[in-house]
Amino acid sequence: MRVALSFVSGGLFGIGLYLSGMTDTRKVQGWLDVFGDWDPTLAFVMGGAILPMAIAWQLTRGRKPLAGGTFPAPPKHEIGHRLILGSVLFGMGWGLAGLCPGPAMASLSFGGWGGALFLIAMGAGMMAAPKLSLQLDRLAARA
Amino acid sequence: MQADWIWGLAGGLVIGLGGAVYLLGNGRIMGASGILGGLVDGSGRSTAGERLAFIAGLVLLPLLMTGLVPEKAATHVTSNAAVIIAAGLLVGAGTRVANGCTSGHGVCGISRLSLRGMVATVFYILAGGLTMAVLRHGLGVI
Repeated sequence: MRVALSFVSGGLFGIGLYLSGMTDTRKVQGWLDVFGDWDPTLAFVMGGAILPMAIAWQLTRGRKPLAGGTFPAPPKHEIGHRLILGSVLFGMGWGLAGLCPGPAMASLSFGGWGGALFLIAMGAGMMAAPKLSLQLDRLAARA
Repeated sequence: MQADWIWGLAGGLVIGLGGAVYLLGNGRIMGASGILGGLVDGSGRSTAGERLAFIAGLVLLPLLMTGLVPEKAATHVTSNAAVIIAAGLLVGAGTRVANGCTSGHGVCGISRLSLRGMVATVFYILAGGLTMAVLRHGLGVI
């Protein structure tokens, strides 16, 4: 059940990314390129995705997940250095290549060597993240 | 080209539907970096099966779509290997340090009015925009 639901969810995510144009790095970089030929598509994608998700969050109230277990705890509100610095690093890479983790995986079958290379580098970055987090903690403690 | 925003909105709704299935079905937040990252660093070993199933759907369904809507199959990824590697390292490390990316912090976080999700989204969009401004319009590198 959980595995099947995960496959369906991943599939929908992939179809949505593909149809919305978010697997095209030009459209993503176009959204970030406010001084160039700005492309607002990403805002529509975000808005479109947030709508069903907001309804889903409302539906979690007083219910249990279909496949058992519990829903995620209410969001934390602590804004730490990891959240800020991690997001800045992520944003820099996102701007550089126009790819973030979802579209990078979704375009694996048609993204060519460049897409594959990005995924390998992204995996390496993910492996380095725990150590980097500790380094950032040390820097933040000193600052 | 005028239809881009309609495709964006329609695709976005499907993305949100995927997130809703993951949440209401499995009780989890659909975050691409977290689902993959848990496999890469071993922290998600106990849920490896569902993580792999999610990624299988995420890879295979777009492959199917390339047959149905072939005109959207172009990714236009840069051919500069150094840029690709730098970008991949930054995205991989950054999303794991921040504990989320465009799907987890962006779509799933903002939709539950999570302050962390909103702050993360502001910072990665600002950093991405600044990177474009400096490297494309300042230095002409990308």
